[in-house]
Amino acid sequence: MIEARHISKRFGDQDVLKNISLSFHQGKTNLIIGQSGSGKTVMMKCLVGLLPVDEGEISFDGRIISNLSFEEMKHIRQDIGMLFQGGALFDSMTVLENVMFPLNMFSTMNAKEKVERVDFCLNRVNLPKAHKLFPSEISGGMKKRVAIARAIAMQPKYLFCDEPNSGLDPKTANVIDKLIAEITEEYDITTIVNTHDMNSVLEIGDKISFLFEGNLWWEGTREEILHTDNAELNNFVYSTELIRRLKS
Amino acid sequence: MFRLLHDIGRYLLLMRLVLTKPEKKRIYYHQVFLEMEKLGVDSLGIVAIISVFMGAVVTIQTAFNIDGPLIPVYAVGFTVRQSVILEFSPTIIGLILAGKVGSGIASEIGTMRVTEQIDALEIMGINSAAFLILPKIVAAMVINPIIIIISMFLGIFGGWMAGVVTGLCSSPEYIYGVQFDFNPYDVVYAMVKTVVFAYLITSISGFHGYNTQGGALEVGRASTRAVVHSSIAIILFNLILTQLMLA
Repeated sequence: MIEARHISKRFGDQDVLKNISLSFHQGKTNLIIGQSGSGKTVMMKCLVGLLPVDEGEISFDGRIISNLSFEEMKHIRQDIGMLFQGGALFDSMTVLENVMFPLNMFSTMNAKEKVERVDFCLNRVNLPKAHKLFPSEISGGMKKRVAIARAIAMQPKYLFCDEPNSGLDPKTANVIDKLIAEITEEYDITTIVNTHDMNSVLEIGDKISFLFEGNLWWEGTREEILHTDNAELNNFVYSTELIRRLKS
Repeated sequence: MFRLLHDIGRYLLLMRLVLTKPEKKRIYYHQVFLEMEKLGVDSLGIVAIISVFMGAVVTIQTAFNIDGPLIPVYAVGFTVRQSVILEFSPTIIGLILAGKVGSGIASEIGTMRVTEQIDALEIMGINSAAFLILPKIVAAMVINPIIIIISMFLGIFGGWMAGVVTGLCSSPEYIYGVQFDFNPYDVVYAMVKTVVFAYLITSISGFHGYNTQGGALEVGRASTRAVVHSSIAIILFNLILTQLMLA
């Protein structure tokens, strides 16, 4: 379980996160939703330790990470997999090299075991024949899948996904959503997904946290989100014509 | 002034991160060899062209300017050798490499920053500053002296070619001049400058790339800043090293 207790983050005179307390449970797909600029990405960067928090503390299964040095944080980071908005694949490496990279850096596997692990991860994301391609030669959806394969290569305990569906068509977005939910359940990991896509919310959101202007505005399940009387949340949820029509 | 001090402070803090023990030495060695190819071998073409023409021009200019009976013709070869070894090869080629290699490093690392590839390295628990910049520094400090020695030979060869082809000096006279009063310390001085310039080019360009924020426009700006600041640092350290080693 990942817990954030009373965390605040400020850039200059702008409060981006204001005294937020949240918990994310193991084996569940935990969603952080909110409009652009609501603080979702900053929240995620604070959770993974890419940004230090100004106040409050963050713990991973009871281990407080908010005050750890880079060296101390290293061991916890090897339990973290992250899927970035653009995939963040290394341009100079092939798909095979990208997925093998964390194994080369941190595992004690021999070459054959590493190749087997890469094959397993790429098969798991339904990309069995992409080994030799470079990131520039594959589509956006494939990039996201390779990034998921790289994120799970070290068998992480925690998976973070920052806007995994951005820039994808609805069908591919659905494939990525389902993949994330399946992996979460299959490996019993703690998954946190940043999104503003209501399809994702309704498809995979086990627990949903709504951020509004840097505050934690609402928490609940995907069943509850459709029947809330929270005005700001309703404004966000029913912002598209499609969802409004489905409601009526 | 405050901005300059602030940047120097940030540069030194980054260097503290860069000059640390590598996580997995084997991977770093591999990276160093890849960088040697990218930073050194791929620059050989431009270095060769510039060196040959530089030597040729120095020969012609020297020959036309020593038109007195008291100055022997072999002074042409001597002047070319001294100019090429002491200044043209280490400093001018250093400035050329600051443009070619420096902008490449800044834009490569800057693009990695804005596309979150550096964040991806950090998330994995890798010291991204060391992983990206240290192999480039080591590779340049090893390969640049070799490039500069090649440049020296080509510069002197270009001078010989120009002298013989134009008839400004004969081949034996030129070769005698090149060998005349040779002091090996000049090459040591040139190599020290080359190694220092290699460090400056890669570390300053790495610094600008690593601290890029924003998008494509900022990557371009970081690349330009890298070239400008590397060039200024080269000129400044050229003066300091010359004063320290030759004065």
